[in-house]
Amino acid sequence: MQHDDVIWDLIGNKSFCSYKVKTKTQQFCRNEYNITGLCNRSSCPLANSQYATVREEKGLCYLYMKVIERAAFPARMWEKVKLDRNYAKALEQIDENLIYWPRFIRHKCKQRLTKITQYLIRIRKLTLKRQRKLVPLSRKVERREKRREEKALIAAQLENAIEKELLDRLKQGTYGDIYNFPIHAFDKAMEKQEEETESEEEEEEDEEESGTREFVAEEEFEESDLSDFEDMNNLKGSSDEEEDAEEQSSEEEETEEELEEEKTKAKSKGKTPLKGPVRKKRAYVEIEYEQETEPAQKSKAT
Amino acid sequence: MDSNEATTSESVSKKKGKTKKVKRKVKSDEAPVQEMEQAEGEETEKKSESGPCFPPTFSVSEIKNKQRRHSMFLKLKEEKRKAPPKEVPKTIENQRIYDETTVNPEDEEVAFDEGTDEFSAYFNRLTNPKVLITTSDRPRGRTVRFCEQLATVIPHAHVYYRRGLALKRVIPQCVSRGFTYLMVINEDRKVPNGLVLCHLPDGPTAHFKVSNVRLRKEMKRRGKDPTEHVPEVILNNFTTRLGHSIGRMFAALFPHDPQFVGRQVATFHNQRDFIFFRFHRYIFKNEKKVGIQELGPRFTLKLRSLQKGTFDSKFGEYEWVHKRHEMDSSRRKFHL
Repeated sequence: MQHDDVIWDLIGNKSFCSYKVKTKTQQFCRNEYNITGLCNRSSCPLANSQYATVREEKGLCYLYMKVIERAAFPARMWEKVKLDRNYAKALEQIDENLIYWPRFIRHKCKQRLTKITQYLIRIRKLTLKRQRKLVPLSRKVERREKRREEKALIAAQLENAIEKELLDRLKQGTYGDIYNFPIHAFDKAMEKQEEETESEEEEEEDEEESGTREFVAEEEFEESDLSDFEDMNNLKGSSDEEEDAEEQSSEEEETEEELEEEKTKAKSKGKTPLKGPVRKKRAYVEIEYEQETEPAQKSKAT
Repeated sequence: MDSNEATTSESVSKKKGKTKKVKRKVKSDEAPVQEMEQAEGEETEKKSESGPCFPPTFSVSEIKNKQRRHSMFLKLKEEKRKAPPKEVPKTIENQRIYDETTVNPEDEEVAFDEGTDEFSAYFNRLTNPKVLITTSDRPRGRTVRFCEQLATVIPHAHVYYRRGLALKRVIPQCVSRGFTYLMVINEDRKVPNGLVLCHLPDGPTAHFKVSNVRLRKEMKRRGKDPTEHVPEVILNNFTTRLGHSIGRMFAALFPHDPQFVGRQVATFHNQRDFIFFRFHRYIFKNEKKVGIQELGPRFTLKLRSLQKGTFDSKFGEYEWVHKRHEMDSSRRKFHL
């Protein structure tokens, strides 16, 4: 027998119902035929033998009705009526189907129909617009990419690369005559030529050292003194003195070069500039070398 | 005799030569022949360098004569310096798997392709670039500021608010108004994370992942704001065919003739498939030194896909798509 009150006592307030969802302030009913979704005496489909709902399936609204006469036949309990797509006509359909039914259920059915049609309209509108596609990120992959990017950044040495590229463009001449630096390049080329001539001269000097006598100036010899010696050169006209002058000028040029090299090669650490003075000192070392043999001979003697 | 000469304390390789010589005496010469020849070579070298043969246990400090000691010491030092050549360290760039699509500068096919592809109009100076920058829907502050800064960096760039328009509708309108590029910056959680770069008169569309965006006020030691001068462009390390086309894509963003008066340079540097964008102001101190000062935003890009026509995610024809399982499996293989 259908005693709604008894059923409600059993499952209703503060009793157990498997469709009941309890929250702090309210109770909800998960039953799919429930019209309001709340757990109430008037909304419970189990505790009301005369009940109606509106449900939507694939864009179409249906009216479901339950009467007490079919309570014994669970398979046929719910009567399904397809409602019209037109909202106004559907409302009229509800009215004519639920005529003589309690006001509450009629009202709630219409409310539910309204809500359903509204959300159906919204769905249709949204599908026409662009939708955000959510792409899942794999945390592992993201971390890996991040790390690789850091490493690539370090390997790239961006500032150096950019500076190098800009200097290359300057050398190639893409900037035209805006910058006045090209003179330095010309000077460097000249210096290189002078170095080559000096190395040739040094070789010549080495060849001639065996046996020939030269008059070598002191270390404090200055350029200004050259002017005094010019006349002497003209007077004597000997190749030895010309070579002296060349030696001195070549040494001075070497010192100039070294200074410039040190300035321009600010980045290189010590090795290349040292070679210049070391080479130069080797010439002096050879001279000193001759002096040092005296004590060695002395030690051998003792 | 031979074994005595070999066992000098100076060079370890000589010891190895000795053992291999012993083996050689035992067996017939096969593989050790080469090492034997090397050892012999070393011996002959030694003989040529130092005339007299030295007894086995001997060091430089035992020579009494200072001149000879000194010269022996210098020779030793020279040898030590020469002996093991400095090894080239292995880097990822050294070990990179050779990509068969690497472009040879004299390649005619590539030159022909470039003469007839979508950018040829730009490179033949027929069109001037005009860029439209926009975002995805509802951009947040950071993205908006990023777009504004990009618009100052790229000349002839205009920022437009998206207003929820579909790109397919936007593109014909852009074409009709003479834009050559459409740049869409995608945003996720208030941060720009994607870039769609679409060359407009039916040009290729590239989709990038954007990361490490630094806005101007977050830069350390930055210079003043960029001026209106047209910057130069530097494209580094775009070696493969794909990299070449992407490089051209970036180059076509900027007008042809940079104004050197402005001394600004925009750099796209590719390293291991990450493209780093920097914007600097440079000054030449002398012909060997240049100083650069970073202005402008910086970000890194990673190419995700290159599509042949204009933006069409459903029916587009993709030239290249990044497939993680195939392409990310090797740490030495790069595609750009």
